[in-house]
Amino acid sequence: MATINFDEYKNVWVFVEQRDGKLMNVALELLGEGRRLAKDIAEDTKVCAVLVGDKVEHLAKECFAYGADSVYLIEDPLLKNYTTDGYTKVITDAANQFKPDIFLYGATHIGRDLAPRVAARLNTGLTADCTHLDVSVAGYIKYAEENTTLNTKSLDPNSPDKGLKMTRPAFGGNLMATIVCPRTRPQMATVRPGVMQKMEPIEGATGEIVKVTPEIKASDIKVEILDIVKSAKELVSLTDANIICSAGRGLGDASGFELMQKFADKVGGVVGASRAAVDAGWIGHDHQVGQTGTTVKPTIYFACGISGAIQHLAGMQSSDCIVAINKDPDSPIMEIADYAIVGDLYKVIPEIIAEWDNAEALYDATTK
Amino acid sequence: MAFKIIVCAKQVPDTNEIKINPETGTLIRDGVPSILNNDDANALEEALKIKDKHPDTHITVVSMGPPQAQEMLFECIAMGADEAVLLSDRAVGGSDTWATSNAITAAIKKIGDFDLIFAGRQAIDGDTAQVGPQIAEKLELPQVTYVEEFEIADNMKDITVKRQLEDGYELIKIQTPCMLTAIKELNEPRYMSMKGIFNKEKDIKVINAADAEIDLTIVGLKASPTNVYRSFTPKPKGKGITVEGDTEKDVAKTLLIDLKKKHII
Ligand SMILES: Cc1cc2nc3c(=O)[nH]c(=O)nc-3n(C[C@H](O)[C@H](O)[C@H](O)COP(=O)(O)OP(=O)(O)OC[C@H]3O[C@@H](n4cnc5c(N)ncnc54)[C@H](O)[C@@H]3O)c2cc1C
Ligand SMILES: Cc1cc2nc3c(=O)[nH]c(=O)nc-3n(C[C@H](O)[C@H](O)[C@H](O)COP(=O)(O)OP(=O)(O)OC[C@H]3O[C@@H](n4cnc5c(N)ncnc54)[C@H](O)[C@@H]3O)c2cc1C
Repeated sequence: MATINFDEYKNVWVFVEQRDGKLMNVALELLGEGRRLAKDIAEDTKVCAVLVGDKVEHLAKECFAYGADSVYLIEDPLLKNYTTDGYTKVITDAANQFKPDIFLYGATHIGRDLAPRVAARLNTGLTADCTHLDVSVAGYIKYAEENTTLNTKSLDPNSPDKGLKMTRPAFGGNLMATIVCPRTRPQMATVRPGVMQKMEPIEGATGEIVKVTPEIKASDIKVEILDIVKSAKELVSLTDANIICSAGRGLGDASGFELMQKFADKVGGVVGASRAAVDAGWIGHDHQVGQTGTTVKPTIYFACGISGAIQHLAGMQSSDCIVAINKDPDSPIMEIADYAIVGDLYKVIPEIIAEWDNAEALYDATTK
Repeated sequence: MAFKIIVCAKQVPDTNEIKINPETGTLIRDGVPSILNNDDANALEEALKIKDKHPDTHITVVSMGPPQAQEMLFECIAMGADEAVLLSDRAVGGSDTWATSNAITAAIKKIGDFDLIFAGRQAIDGDTAQVGPQIAEKLELPQVTYVEEFEIADNMKDITVKRQLEDGYELIKIQTPCMLTAIKELNEPRYMSMKGIFNKEKDIKVINAADAEIDLTIVGLKASPTNVYRSFTPKPKGKGITVEGDTEKDVAKTLLIDLKKKHII
């Protein structure tokens, strides 16, 4: 490996993924995170959006509003849709020309296809699917002490080290690792969507647009995209669901599942049930969670009017987050719940439905 | 001429069985079974489906790992692969994905010509999903990742795949030679067969870095551009919290704010 002059590498780049002329949410989140990192590196560190596509210049405004100082605009009809070959080529060329210090991508199905190829072509490191980033050691210590079991004694809060510390889960979430890229540049990471904070947009913000003329010809692209199909969200099965809204005997009767369906529709989840609800004939067995039903591991499991019998727990206790809604504070489900809500499900669930879309705004209000 | 397929397969610990020692905060790996990485079983299955239809297809499974990985390769042979190559050498230990793909690329070049490479999308231990694309880059092959449907024309050249997206799929045409990475939606892997288990003619070749003519300056821990700075376990799950509030509305709001704060929603 040739020795690298680190001083030539400056600024934080964000690949602002667009699909069909719309920016992905994660792109805006990364601009926000980029700002935070840039501030910690040096006063003159810029956040730069790398915008690739065909006729996408209008998206620059949004990039500026969400924190970009400049936009590298790479446009060509051949770049209209994402292809590994096309995007890898033009992005690698731009990185070689302008030499970013840090380069972030959303860990989407596109980001995780593109970034490894770019990293291999640039002969630099790439950290996958990060959930936390730091540049200063002091910032890293603070994060580690608040959120992890790491013993931080060996870390010096006054260290001048400004290398990117990229934290990610591995081993199915059983282990966390912080990865560094000490000898090569740029330092690259894909970052999990939904984790970083967007900035409050500044209407009318402007910045510099750097037009990069891509060197790309049709023969560079070895695949042909025949069609891009958006599937109307299929009814996902319990095992694939991210959120499960389950109910049990506490519903009282079959019509209660109408509320549960409304709940699931709102949160983008799937309806589950205890065996008591299934045996009562209120809902089909394919919805049953538990030892003699389906074993599930969603991000959120809402257990509503379910007591938490051991056979039910066997099917859902490794869910990432369990929210229990039950009249009885002493029911066993409350013991394993991350969030226990003592109350009548018929009163609580409609309020969760009503407030669901406001969650972001409610949270933002608490951080002001 | 026979159609030649290479399948990249990694032996991994069954991460569902891994527990954390609450006292030391380290992973308990003792007694955790080693398995063929899930997505790699799908990769092999798709290759075997081609062989079912075109019996003169030749499938070579390639792996990098410790000598124990032969057990996993034996399983691949018992499923129906024709041969397996294990690259095993201390010099490649500690490789990150950049260095791993250098080593596997060298092993593939040693194996010789091929028409198609299947890898898994992601290994369940390292979890990066980077090795497939990085091998493709080093072999200058076009790639499609997240393949959920595969079809090859009778000319054994034109391939049509469905590539999964978060909200749908892309239909992509690609030609051999190329690299495809498999996800679980692609197929249902078959079991080992008795015939496969007792087929002694098939063998597992173990090679070292010198056999594969690997440039030692681009593999192993020292050559890897990324390093592990620190590793740790997440904070153990404490007892949950009771969400309080004067009205149901307050309770709902408090819950949602906390879910948002912890990035759960
Ligand atoms: C071999 C075997 C296999 C089994 N397999 C399964 C299985 O796979 N899955 C499964 O679920 N069960 C299974 N069971 C049954 C299990 O033992 C329990 O009987 C069942 O889970 C109870 O269901 P439940 O929690 O809905 O009902 P209950 O235990 O009756 O609980 C109802 C809960 O609702 C609460 N409640 C009532 N009204 C309200 C209200 N308005 N608002 C809020 N809360 C309210 C109550 O406080 C109570 O906690 C199995 C049993 C056996 C023996
Ligand atoms: C906690 C932890 C975190 C890590 N984080 C990073 C990181 O962010 N960036 C980084 O560059 N490295 C990282 N590494 C190193 C990385 O795990 C190794 O380089 C590993 O050899 C390959 O990565 P993977 O397991 O993620 O494979 P993936 O890239 O997820 O594997 C994809 C596919 O490639 C093929 N493949 C992968 N490995 C082999 C093999 N040994 N033999 C045959 N086929 C194979 C398989 O078909 C597999 O399905 C990390 C390691 C640990 C322990």
